[in-house]
Amino acid sequence: MATLMDWEAIRLSLWLASLTTALLLILGLPLAYWLAFSRRRWKFLVEAVVAMPLVLPPTVLGFYLLMAMGPRSPLGRAWEGLFGSTLPFSFEGLLIASVLYSLPFMIQPLAAAFASVDRGLIEASWCLGVSRPRTFLRVIAPLSWAGILTGLVLSFAHTLGEFGVVLMVGGNLPGRTRTVSIAIYDQVQAMDYAPAARTAALLLGVSFLVLAFTYALRRRQRKPWTLI
Amino acid sequence: MDAHLIPGPYLQAVAERCFPGGTTIEAHFEIPRPGFSVTVLFGPSGSGKTTTLRLLAGLERVDRGSIRVGGAVWSNAERHIHLPPQARDLGFLPQAYHLFPHLSVAANLSYGLTSQGPQARQARVDELLALLDLTGLGERHPGQLSGGQQQRVALGRALARKPRLLLLDEPLSALDRPSQLRLRKELRDLLRSLDIPTILVTHDRAEALQLGDRLVVMDQGRVCQSGDIQQVFDRPTDPAVATILGVETVVLGRVEAVTEGMATLAVGTARIFAADPGSLGQHAFVCIRGEDVAVERGCGPGPGSTVRNRLPARITALHPEGSLVRIALDAGFPLESLVTRQACADLHLTEGDRVCAILKAAAVHLIPHD
Repeated sequence: MATLMDWEAIRLSLWLASLTTALLLILGLPLAYWLAFSRRRWKFLVEAVVAMPLVLPPTVLGFYLLMAMGPRSPLGRAWEGLFGSTLPFSFEGLLIASVLYSLPFMIQPLAAAFASVDRGLIEASWCLGVSRPRTFLRVIAPLSWAGILTGLVLSFAHTLGEFGVVLMVGGNLPGRTRTVSIAIYDQVQAMDYAPAARTAALLLGVSFLVLAFTYALRRRQRKPWTLI
Repeated sequence: MDAHLIPGPYLQAVAERCFPGGTTIEAHFEIPRPGFSVTVLFGPSGSGKTTTLRLLAGLERVDRGSIRVGGAVWSNAERHIHLPPQARDLGFLPQAYHLFPHLSVAANLSYGLTSQGPQARQARVDELLALLDLTGLGERHPGQLSGGQQQRVALGRALARKPRLLLLDEPLSALDRPSQLRLRKELRDLLRSLDIPTILVTHDRAEALQLGDRLVVMDQGRVCQSGDIQQVFDRPTDPAVATILGVETVVLGRVEAVTEGMATLAVGTARIFAADPGSLGQHAFVCIRGEDVAVERGCGPGPGSTVRNRLPARITALHPEGSLVRIALDAGFPLESLVTRQACADLHLTEGDRVCAILKAAAVHLIPHD
């Protein structure tokens, strides 16, 4: 049993974090755009819902997700009808849970970056005949690159480190739902400290490096186009 | 559809915008014909000039009334028509320019040319760079340009699609004073060569006089008066307009000669001497403040006087204003003099009297106008 590290769990965690980040980007761009520019009166409600994972205990979120995905819920039944498998304790279920759990880490930096783009630049683009979606791609997104980068990195790092929701929704199935954080927990429970220490150090190192890299990039190239 | 064949003015705005808190901006004016003309929206800060421009651009919604341009309805509140800015085919130069900071000058200029191929786009960019004296700066970014260069790039970007209407919001206000004076003439010459109707916002009277053909005077959210620029300056419809325009006489004159820093102008049937402000063309607006005009009985040659302008005149009206009297004169052109009530009484001045209006050449302010 004296393995160096649980490589299978590390691979699974990286894969889960990558997929979660990709899905969050696709979902996050339009949602953050809406939050940044909508003037609906009930916008604050959506903002509150998006921020919920920041304050809710992971077990609470996990519990509701488990209920929502169960075979007696509409979502669970629909999924089973479509794919012939159940969501709880599967990789797909874990992915859905991760996306929801890391939602604020993507949305908030994106929405803040979009909202800080000078309104005059957006209007200038409209007056030049460029549609709203194309204005987003050609003006808002390029000027929000630092916020987009922050959102990607935070979502990735946060998914890599999640524990409670994984335990509730994913369980502990090697190769399917057993992520790094669960592996470390298992190893500690089994008094197997040496591999736990190595895995923990790896996670610590990766998280630190990714965040340090991001903040260094933001600092050095706040306005990349002004560099000669 | 040919806009020239449609009866009615080229642009007609009868539009109102109501802001929360009770402020209402009423934009009521028109531009009679297509082709080159500069309509100046003039008035103090907060009078609604910029909102009027934004209503025309489609950046603000019209709450009551409509805006029609070249036979097309751009806004109509009653019929719930609101063309988005993208569909209005206009060029908008915002006050702060709002150049795209992440794009090069060339990319800024070609930003709106989405329907053209790369070759046509490049050709248009080269054309604009040459037109606006920006050749060689195409690869720079806006942050690396001077204020004047940024202004020209922003103007070029607005012109790139050859719009039907050009909206300029205080186009020169972000520049230093010497550049402003230099660029006024350049800007008007450029606009004339483009043959596009232009609406320009300014609160600078000299700028309005030098750049404009038509004047729309705004105050407290509504249009007080609009029309031909000379007409509005000649006959302000109410005291508020007169105050906004300033009290002085403003009249167009023809430049006859410029020698040794002195200009001679034919104004009406009179001849005026004034200091040459530089860059005088064929015509100039002659601005004279009432305080600078003295009135004497008899109009001799005035030996031993430094005063250059001694104009025979007839008193057409006397308007007492507190301790002062405003004397309306016909000196071959309408001229106003502001004197004390005491002086007026001492000279026994009455309507119809023949007098001499005297003013120093240094007190005559010339504003070039083509």
